[in-house]
Amino acid sequence: MIAASDPVQRPPGAKLLAVDARGRIRHLPRRQFAALVRRGDAVIANDAATLPASLAGVHGPTHRRIEVRLAQRGSLEPDDVRDFNAIVLGEGDYRVRTEDRPPPPSLAPGDSLQLGPLRATVSYLLGHPRFVALRLHGSPQEIWSGLALHGRPIQYAHVRVPLRLWDVWTSIASVPAAFEPPSAGFALDWLVLDDLRRRGVSFATITHAAGISSTGDAALDALLPLDEPYFISRSTAEAIAQARARGGRIVAVGTTVVRALEAAALDRGLVRAGSGVAKQRIVRDTRLRVVDALLSGTHEPGTTHHALLEAFADDATLLRADRELASHDYRTHEFGDSIFVERRDSAWLRSRPMASAIA
Amino acid sequence: MDRSKDGGKDLAGLRIAITGGTSGLGLALVREWSAGGALVAFVARTEEGVQRIAGDVPGVAGIVGDVSKKDQIYPIALQVLGRLGGINVLVNNASSLGPVPLAPLGDTACEDLEVALTTNLLGPFRLTKALLGALRASAAEGRGAVVLNVSSDAAVTPYPGWGAYGASKAALHHLSAIWALELQEEGIGVLSLDPGDMDTPLHRLAVPDADASTLLRPEVAARNLTRSIMAELAELATLHRRKREAA
Repeated sequence: MIAASDPVQRPPGAKLLAVDARGRIRHLPRRQFAALVRRGDAVIANDAATLPASLAGVHGPTHRRIEVRLAQRGSLEPDDVRDFNAIVLGEGDYRVRTEDRPPPPSLAPGDSLQLGPLRATVSYLLGHPRFVALRLHGSPQEIWSGLALHGRPIQYAHVRVPLRLWDVWTSIASVPAAFEPPSAGFALDWLVLDDLRRRGVSFATITHAAGISSTGDAALDALLPLDEPYFISRSTAEAIAQARARGGRIVAVGTTVVRALEAAALDRGLVRAGSGVAKQRIVRDTRLRVVDALLSGTHEPGTTHHALLEAFADDATLLRADRELASHDYRTHEFGDSIFVERRDSAWLRSRPMASAIA
Repeated sequence: MDRSKDGGKDLAGLRIAITGGTSGLGLALVREWSAGGALVAFVARTEEGVQRIAGDVPGVAGIVGDVSKKDQIYPIALQVLGRLGGINVLVNNASSLGPVPLAPLGDTACEDLEVALTTNLLGPFRLTKALLGALRASAAEGRGAVVLNVSSDAAVTPYPGWGAYGASKAALHHLSAIWALELQEEGIGVLSLDPGDMDTPLHRLAVPDADASTLLRPEVAARNLTRSIMAELAELATLHRRKREAA
């Protein structure tokens, strides 16, 4: 696939490859996404706004330049902004591919970091020289203003111009909780939401702290996705229950939504409202209990996002889809084209209580 | 200020952001909502002014920012949502008169008209847009979401000498009316209200020799606007409940 290098959330030519429950594939313009969902379905998206989580700065003990990429936080509470887990990279910025970035200077507990107006201390190492727990100093207001003035969105070399917050906040962005944009939501705008409403499709959101997608280090990448806190409101849990009750499907916009909803799954395809932490990895053998279909970015085989698709469709179908993506010049990465995958035989599975044993 | 207990309960748990929060109507709204138990964030241009009010009104989040500057909108929105954890009410109150002293349009520098438009029209548009997702989320929760754009009778009546201000407020008024229609289904209310002529620094700049005794005190205007916001929130909550019952 081609790397999408311009930070345009909804380019006019955006494409969508749709795989239905029987493995049939078709291509359509992404703005016609609403045509793939049915009256009675519930579309669930991640409304997390994206933090400016990339903080350039200096490692106190060595005076060497570093880049801190905030990657994980214990909760979504507004004042819980002191303690983060973070990836630390050596000198340079997004223009160098992450895997080519030099390692940071050797980091030790107690090391001070000056990150623009923000000051931080390394609390402890997290089992890898690039992965640390750190504490930001100051009041919540000082920390939020420091992030706002100095932080930049985490960015990778395939996007050439420096990203601004407005490039990465989705139309539905709400509480700043994501470390990288929940980019499947780039497909949504107010016109699409209106279109869904007119079609009798309900729309609701969860907030999920989407984490970083790459660290530049194979051992660390193997740990991704990290545990991610999420919040599911009562009204969203209700929207899911109502869709179930009327025989509708649950359509997730983005892999983070799949992660949160499956982490909160109850019996009969319902979800528990409230805060939680998504720890589970969704892979080939994961039995999906809530989500029936997924709108997602396009992903190269071998990535964790692609592995998640294996929970929805079988290998042969995904192989055909991958070939179609390549031969139809789909673009990949966060500003790229999209894929819509229905869970194979989802309706059949749900209608029979014994189905899980058979599957 | 004497607040009834019931009024206090009404505002408890609501999250409000107010631009231009260090003087006049904005400051009166900060005090009113803070006393009523709301979570309050306010925005103003100078660090010094923000520190003064943040020190004076306990528990409010003071954010330094200029809504007329495009680059500052998202940093402001980030801090508002970061500190409040969401938003129910946005009051776009920060305003610019344009030329000071007021001038006929023929004597108005283009730059002064631009300042009035960026502060009074583009600023509220951009900030509302940046916060629209969060307002939508609050509306979906059933507590309602309201944007109040502070308007003026100069938005509808052409007063000689008020060209830059009047044109910018007229545009904001119309923008509000259209946005209100577009956001109806989302459950977000958009109000454009004229608080009346108040005894504020802005009014003193415009009409230095005005008789202050004929002007509204900003605290009174703030209470009136608060009532309108609460009435709108209550109506939206009722609509939301009906929709849910129908679903």
